[in-house]
Amino acid sequence: MTISLNEAVELVTLEADLLDHDGFREWLDLYVPDGLYIVPIDPNAATFEGVLNYAYDDAHMREKRVERLLGGRSISAAPPARTVRMLGRYRMLEASDETCVLRCAMTLTELRQHRLREYAANITYTLIKTNTGLKIQNKIIKLLNSTENLTAISYIL
Amino acid sequence: MSGQTDPRAFLGPDRADGTIYNDPALYEMEMERIFMRNWIWVAHRSDLPEAGDFITTFVGAHPVIVSRDRKGAVHVMLNRCRHRAATVCELSKGRTSSFVCPYHGWAYGLDGALRALPQPAGYGDLLNKSELPLVGLRVEEYAGLIFATFDPEAPSLDEWLGAARPWIDLFMKQGAGWPVKTMGEHRFTFPGNWKIQLENTTDAYHFPIVHKSFLDSVDRETQDTFDFVEGSGFVEDLGNGHSVMVMIPELVDLEADLDAPIPERFQDLADALLKDYAPEQVRRIVRAVGGSGFNLNLFPNLACSMAFFRVLRPLGVHETEIRHIAIGMDGGPESGNQARLRLHEHFQGPMGFGTPDDAEAWDRVQRGSVAGRDISILLNRGLAHEEAGPDGRLRSDVSAETGMRAAYRQWLASLEAGPGPSLPAQTGSCSHKAAGERV
Repeated sequence: MTISLNEAVELVTLEADLLDHDGFREWLDLYVPDGLYIVPIDPNAATFEGVLNYAYDDAHMREKRVERLLGGRSISAAPPARTVRMLGRYRMLEASDETCVLRCAMTLTELRQHRLREYAANITYTLIKTNTGLKIQNKIIKLLNSTENLTAISYIL
Repeated sequence: MSGQTDPRAFLGPDRADGTIYNDPALYEMEMERIFMRNWIWVAHRSDLPEAGDFITTFVGAHPVIVSRDRKGAVHVMLNRCRHRAATVCELSKGRTSSFVCPYHGWAYGLDGALRALPQPAGYGDLLNKSELPLVGLRVEEYAGLIFATFDPEAPSLDEWLGAARPWIDLFMKQGAGWPVKTMGEHRFTFPGNWKIQLENTTDAYHFPIVHKSFLDSVDRETQDTFDFVEGSGFVEDLGNGHSVMVMIPELVDLEADLDAPIPERFQDLADALLKDYAPEQVRRIVRAVGGSGFNLNLFPNLACSMAFFRVLRPLGVHETEIRHIAIGMDGGPESGNQARLRLHEHFQGPMGFGTPDDAEAWDRVQRGSVAGRDISILLNRGLAHEEAGPDGRLRSDVSAETGMRAAYRQWLASLEAGPGPSLPAQTGSCSHKAAGERV
């Protein structure tokens, strides 16, 4: 049966909730082993392997990113910023029995060291059905201000 | 305002006052006497490889266009129409044959010459187009690095870089025989004074402390490579505020020791490259991909930092922009360049495993520096065993603050040299030069 919008939204909402509530280990399990977490710089890039990104994380790098957040040895992430993110404007771009592409909007508010910061992004998820349920094949987070000057983002978008 | 500021009051030979990061009048003086007098890095040759290519950037607070004209000469020109001062270009880069002001349509060539304007008859004989080009700066190039200055009296770039030139040549060996090219950048700001960043690229002392979480994320062999604070590296004052900090002596000359074993983390890359390249070239590429073992600090705004260019730009007394520009092999293997991109993303930028921790430390320096009065910032590390070599250049251990003292000596010399130059109103240019050739 074709993956429904509800199934897809349920997964990405779970991901958002985990990331806002320090559920980083569980977050790792939402991805398939060859999945990618990508934060591009160029809003028009169609492929990301051959260009510079903010993050281009395979399973190994995702694991390292989580260890960094939990390890308490990074001064910019000890403690990590607190975040609240809202997803919405969901649209299924493609869907089949095995896989789907979901695009949505995210607004995120960050609080760290008395500074409140806001981000907006378009997110495109490719989701895939596995034996253990729907998983993330890749997540591409296009920050609205990706080509502007950013400040440190020591957490997972 | 800056006429009443005495820069000597902020700096001793081995210390600075905390207000050096905070004084608005001092900042204004720096912007005029350092960023309008010294050679400021504006671009790498690969940013504008072809005739008609341009980028927009800044020299200090001044927006400029860096363009390559039809004959290959590079021009650095103020991004300011000579009529009503509007910027004539807002694209970060591109290719064009002219720059047309959007306000009244004045059109300038790639060399800045005013070519045409609408309804010129309205000026009668009051206006001579040849007297109104985009205002040009002096521009010179060394080994692909393009610098500009407002100061017609500044020494040649060759003279200014001086003893730093051989280190630039060594840094460019990261092309593995191909020219070096830029491959994108991470750009971010931190709420602090620019000199905090200037100090950081010649500060090996912080590395094992601030970058614990980065070191946790790499393999043991890489951890050992980065365990350099008590190693045999050194910092050397290269004159004119420049310095080199050698962290990993065996990675100073990437073309030496090609027989050295390939680090485990690059073994897969090496195996893949063997399909297309001879074993010796594979070793050369792999060593280039790993980056150089030193940071070359070029006063005031560029560092050739291990495997990337670090460019700083003061935005205000308490706000600094930093760019970490990735570099790679222009014509070299895609797999090698991709490995470099992944290494860059791992450490650099707002989401890297290194930069956010650096930025946090700089942020803390800025915030702490306003506490109390008459409390020194110490710049004396490594002074006890600092020695002049046969060439007279001061040298101390790798975690010494020799490079900071060198930078601050030039800082003071620039500030004491008096007011900045009046703006030259002619177009400066330099000839196109082949890789490694000196202007």
